[in-house]
Amino acid sequence: MFESLSDRFDGILARLRGKGRLSENDVAEAMREIRLALLEADVHFDVVKRFVDRIQARCLEAGITQSLTPGQQVVKVVNEELTVILGGQSLHLTYAQKSPTVVLIAGLQGSGKTTSSAKLARWFKSQGRNPLLVGADLQRPAAVEQLQTLAGQIEVPVFSSPGDPVETTRAGLVEARATGRDVLIVDTAGRLTIDRDLMDEIAAISDAIDPNYTFLVVDAMTGQDAVNTAEAFHATLELDGIILTKLDGDARGGAALSVKEVVGKPIAFASTGEKLDDFDLFHPERMAERILGMGDVLTLIEKAEEVFEQEEVEAAAQRLLEGTFTLDDFVDQLRQVRRMGDFSNIVSMMPGVPKEIKDADINEREIDRVEAIALSMTPQERINPEIIDGSRRARIANGSGTTPAQVGNLLKQFKEMRKMMKGMAGLGTKAKARKARSKNPKKGKKGPGRAGGSRVQPKETQQVPKLDIGDLDLTLPGR
Amino acid sequence: MNATLLFVIFVVVMLTLALLPWVHRTWTTGRGITRYDQAEIPLPTNQESSRDDRGFSDEPTEEADHDVSPPPTAASMREKLTKARGLISERLAGIRSGSIDVSTWEKLEELLILADVGVDATMDTVDRLRATLSASEVSEGPQLLEALKDQMKSDLATDRQLVHIAQNGKVPVWLFVGVNGVGKTTSIGKTGRRLGDQGLSVLMAAGDTFRAAAAEQLATWADRCGADFVRGSEGADPSSVIYDAVQAAASRDVDVVLADTAGRLHNQVNLMEELAKVRRVADRDPGQVAEVLLVIDATTGQNGLSQAREFANTVAVTGVVLTKLDGSAKGGIVFAIERELGLPVKLVGLGEGERDLIDFDPSSFVEALFGDE
Repeated sequence: MFESLSDRFDGILARLRGKGRLSENDVAEAMREIRLALLEADVHFDVVKRFVDRIQARCLEAGITQSLTPGQQVVKVVNEELTVILGGQSLHLTYAQKSPTVVLIAGLQGSGKTTSSAKLARWFKSQGRNPLLVGADLQRPAAVEQLQTLAGQIEVPVFSSPGDPVETTRAGLVEARATGRDVLIVDTAGRLTIDRDLMDEIAAISDAIDPNYTFLVVDAMTGQDAVNTAEAFHATLELDGIILTKLDGDARGGAALSVKEVVGKPIAFASTGEKLDDFDLFHPERMAERILGMGDVLTLIEKAEEVFEQEEVEAAAQRLLEGTFTLDDFVDQLRQVRRMGDFSNIVSMMPGVPKEIKDADINEREIDRVEAIALSMTPQERINPEIIDGSRRARIANGSGTTPAQVGNLLKQFKEMRKMMKGMAGLGTKAKARKARSKNPKKGKKGPGRAGGSRVQPKETQQVPKLDIGDLDLTLPGR
Repeated sequence: MNATLLFVIFVVVMLTLALLPWVHRTWTTGRGITRYDQAEIPLPTNQESSRDDRGFSDEPTEEADHDVSPPPTAASMREKLTKARGLISERLAGIRSGSIDVSTWEKLEELLILADVGVDATMDTVDRLRATLSASEVSEGPQLLEALKDQMKSDLATDRQLVHIAQNGKVPVWLFVGVNGVGKTTSIGKTGRRLGDQGLSVLMAAGDTFRAAAAEQLATWADRCGADFVRGSEGADPSSVIYDAVQAAASRDVDVVLADTAGRLHNQVNLMEELAKVRRVADRDPGQVAEVLLVIDATTGQNGLSQAREFANTVAVTGVVLTKLDGSAKGGIVFAIERELGLPVKLVGLGEGERDLIDFDPSSFVEALFGDE
């Protein structure tokens, strides 16, 4: 969501970066553009003002405009301030000594409280806890049914009784204690901050259960009013954090920055999709890096470690670099990668990927098609695509619901990719060295051509796979 | 997208994923290692850091219990609320109190931006006002404010008639669309009440087959307004539900069909295609789509423009329903939407009551945009 904001920043700062001398006018112009970019992203007016004032003051300090690379200095200042505004620690969640840990969910109508409550319950469950949901939204028709349906999908019990939300919540707490549930999540009705009765009601709910955590649910698409809402809820409830929802839209998410700045509480969780597991702890420092175009490497690593059989991937990557990568490997890896989520999502988290690729419209169905073609081949064909002739091609096309031309195209691309990777791998000898070690003894194919491997012989004694960043960069296009 | 690009991306993704954890591990553990003995590869560093990253610890700390601040009092809440609204009041007072200078214009811009009117629409509005006023002799703040209001009101002068009659004796269908959580189902309920009050018979179609209990929510509303109600099973094809509803409406001689749809983010291509299909099917004999109403939450910021654009492109929106205007949000984004896309706001939601959905009145909307309350 923050991508378009970071694009704008890139553009503005790129112009400064090139300049050898900076006049006050240059700085003022850049500040004006930064201000507009932030306002268009729905960052609150006063937050923008403070932010830009801080940067401007620092930029005009003696030294920067006179330095040899003034543009660079300004970029640095902007980056630092942006990190401050976004930064801070992720929420450090601790469980109450005396069970249950009570979590209160509050927010405006339609911000996503009920869905977030269920998602939060799923998250606690994945942490090995036994949550109980309390449906205290007795106002919106069928809100409790919605919670029950969602809770049914994740097998978490729901407590609710018609009547008074404060009483329901209190009874929910008793129920949680009686049934040994260690986390209690209370979903409340949506309310406007100017509705004094309802604000008093949620204050009463809060007093009745004395929550360990109170989260405000904020829609990422919210405009300037996000600040008023957050302030009012914070004044009534003492918030502990924010749950940011609907991050899968194309909103620039300025509201998140404003709320964080004004309330001073972290964005604790973020919801990034309609599925119940599209929800996780929010890492502000990682988001800052993402805005600043550094990629979100840590999240990527976590996801990869969750999904991948690490040794398998490494082996496959090796074969890719050696040119012995088969279509079988291709399908395997493609499936693993896709288990991590949408392609475009993954690409957007990577550092150093050129903008052309990030912006490319990656059609998931296109990938389905590629997978279907590969799967319509016989195992033999997948290992040795050379044997695919006209009639085999027609059969494959039939089987995958594509045309022979599409099949031919895929095979051509695959071969080219293999060739290309082999050429690249020639630059780094480690892969070959590893191959020499792992495969030669088995196949006994020690040829004179492998002699070059001995050059890197000393390194083979290392058991920890050591790879330098240079190797990684080598594989990134555009470098 | 061509296949070459797909392959390049795939290779990049795969290699990076394969190598990153490896690099990361080597990077974080590598420096401390002097002996490469496989059995003793110190992984703890990694585990520790990953636990830190999750921001999570299992041991209950005492801090949590000590961290009890005094409960907020009613007074502090009132204070804060006044403070939030003070932002706008302050600027208004500033404009009213003096004659026009540079800071007055700035405050005017700030007011519009704080109301979510958006940067472009704000600049355009203020520039035109400047041009108009340079010819006249206006020099005092209050007059300036009046001139601005007049200009904005005239900008909002478009046709806002709601169509509830279809040609050739077909059944008129009103389709309610929008992103998640803007209030589509509630708006249908209130619209049903309105039309019922006008003496029209209404059938509500539960086209939101995705969200849990959405149909139950609409059923409650249908019950309240005495409207007919047609639903499918959860997860059913929304088009077929709405088609069935139109058939039922035709045979029961119902005046208007109000069709609910599941909330969807406008950048989800597949869901938008599904919505286009819903519209096509609803337009099939004996139905005719008379209104496609885009529901927008008044708290929405600049993203509202992008929502309106996408929905207008996909389902030819005929009007906007602006909900939750009774909160502290001003809903200025609809000004930008009308200006840029020519989509008129037709209805406004002003509260939780059944009759709180009213006709949009440009004049009182503009007054409220600059109101202190």
